[in-house]
Amino acid sequence: MTLSVPDLSCRELVELVTEYLEQKLPPDDRTRFELHLGDCDSCRSYLRQMRQVLETAGELTEESIAPEARGSLLEAFRDWKRGPGGKPR
Amino acid sequence: MRVAFAVCFGHIEESASVCAPDGPVRGWAAATITLRWTALSREAAVEARPDLHERGDADAVDLVDALRAGDEAAFLALVQRHHAAMVRVALAYVSSTSVAEEVAQEAWIGVLQGIRLFEGRSSLKTWIFRILVNCAKTRGASEGRSVPISALAELSDEAGRTVPQERFIGDGERWAGHWSDPPEPWPDARVESSEMVAIVRDGIEMLPDAQRTVMTLRDVDGWSSGEVCELLAISEGNQRVLLHRARSKVRAFAEERLGTRGKS
Repeated sequence: MTLSVPDLSCRELVELVTEYLEQKLPPDDRTRFELHLGDCDSCRSYLRQMRQVLETAGELTEESIAPEARGSLLEAFRDWKRGPGGKPR
Repeated sequence: MRVAFAVCFGHIEESASVCAPDGPVRGWAAATITLRWTALSREAAVEARPDLHERGDADAVDLVDALRAGDEAAFLALVQRHHAAMVRVALAYVSSTSVAEEVAQEAWIGVLQGIRLFEGRSSLKTWIFRILVNCAKTRGASEGRSVPISALAELSDEAGRTVPQERFIGDGERWAGHWSDPPEPWPDARVESSEMVAIVRDGIEMLPDAQRTVMTLRDVDGWSSGEVCELLAISEGNQRVLLHRARSKVRAFAEERLGTRGKS
């Protein structure tokens, strides 16, 4: 006897992608999700694209802090270090 | 000073245990040692916590020490690590990049002024960003901006669905709910190119504030979902919805820019 588990539609799956990637889908939904993926090229493409987007985002390099900003922060640091009365801490 | 810090670990309670150079000391003896070292130490307000190490924040404890000791290189390393993200977060609260830059600078001064009182109850990063958010909110308020990071407003504004309904077969049809206009796979060469990086960067820039902030912190800066929720004071569920909408929009944007839609 097989349990009749309602299939996930593509329209439903796309809304569950992030939960799936975050590993927050409850077990039954996760099973349904993976079963659907097994049979659906298009949804596999969609999932892959969502992964590609988040992975590419991870490659956005940290912009270096602008030299002027760095300079004024260094100044602020030195002032702080000197403390009130201009004496080193 | 490192020994003093090591011995300062531990809560002042009966079951506490403190690592002294000769091994763990428990209970009230631990409390006494803690108090004595606390009195000796000029950084009287510090209560560095052992769980900081468990959380992989050994770095942070060293950094805090170094900052207090006036170590410039440590300060610059910290700035390099966080400044760009701080400007980005500030942008969600204020009117322009130059104001966001000013807010981040103010926040750093706040960090320096508060570092001796930093208690290690949260991670150093969370503490820095809380200072940043406070500065940003104050500045935003003085600029007359209303609800700043209107995460909740954004959540209720948008409809639930992230892919336009017309891309799926309608109800009542044979394959209701399946793709009618499916995504085409993106060529690997294009995904792995600098073009894709530029596309994703542009896509993220165009997101509404809360979505942009969440996706940036999670996917660009690598924050955990817990850290993001703590900073923005939103629930795990809300954070996930914002992240989902953000990534979905950027995917759709990339699909447009790559021009792969509707090709067979």
